[in-house]
Amino acid sequence: MLSDIVETTAIDADGVRLETLPAFGRLNFRGRAGAVAAMSEAFGLALPEASCRAAIAGSRAALWLGPDEWLLLMLPTETDAVIAAAASALAGLPHSLVDISERQYALGLSGRLAATVLAGGNPLDFDLSTFPVGMCTRTIMGKAELAIWRTEPDRFHIEVWRSFAPYIRGFLREHMREFGA
Amino acid sequence: MLIIPCPHCGPRPELEFRYGGQAHIARPVDPSPLSDEEWASFLYSRDNERGIHAERWRHIHGCARFFNVVRDTTTDQILASYKTGEFRPEAV
Ligand SMILES: [Zn+2]
Repeated sequence: MLSDIVETTAIDADGVRLETLPAFGRLNFRGRAGAVAAMSEAFGLALPEASCRAAIAGSRAALWLGPDEWLLLMLPTETDAVIAAAASALAGLPHSLVDISERQYALGLSGRLAATVLAGGNPLDFDLSTFPVGMCTRTIMGKAELAIWRTEPDRFHIEVWRSFAPYIRGFLREHMREFGA
Repeated sequence: MLIIPCPHCGPRPELEFRYGGQAHIARPVDPSPLSDEEWASFLYSRDNERGIHAERWRHIHGCARFFNVVRDTTTDQILASYKTGEFRPEAV
């Protein structure tokens, strides 16, 4: 159980909250144009072609991670059906589709100071003009890699590898102490 | 910290990258007739340029892709950034 290795209670400070997001089904997809079209069809959502952008449809999201790589998020109960749909849609097309549902863990950081707290450990510019809603990217926080996706002006979805989760959580909490966490 | 322009992601902090050595070094198509010296030269000899240098970088904590950069090694100024497989821009 994830809760055995990571604390899952929310951390509140003045203007910012760090919480554990619900479980997701996660697939890492890699492929070229033909396979991307087939995967979009099977997933019911066009995988974004633009760099560092995410697309959402209902319970599903596709995050651009690289020019031929996407992170697909869905409800845990949908994963098997998506894999099955992809298997037939992608038959004969070179691609990679890996179930990484349990590899990663999602944190939510929200509130008017959410971007300020992120900026405490990452040099990207989190101003809305340079990191708008819908932008997502892999980057680094302290010494650990993570993916940051801005879902609302004051809300971020953060994907971390399970074994990095206690470090990232502690790192963000340290920056939240300044605001009363 | 250097700001390195990734051809896929745009300008990003140096922390997200790993250096990949001199660019445009082609592996010999048929290594078997090469002498040990020629093979060693392919493996290990690099220009170590003082000045304008074409080099590979990998945006490992980003899009994870290798790409090429032309950098002045005396000033760290980056003059060009282009995708793997593309030719070095003639202007630099
Ligand atoms: Zn990149």
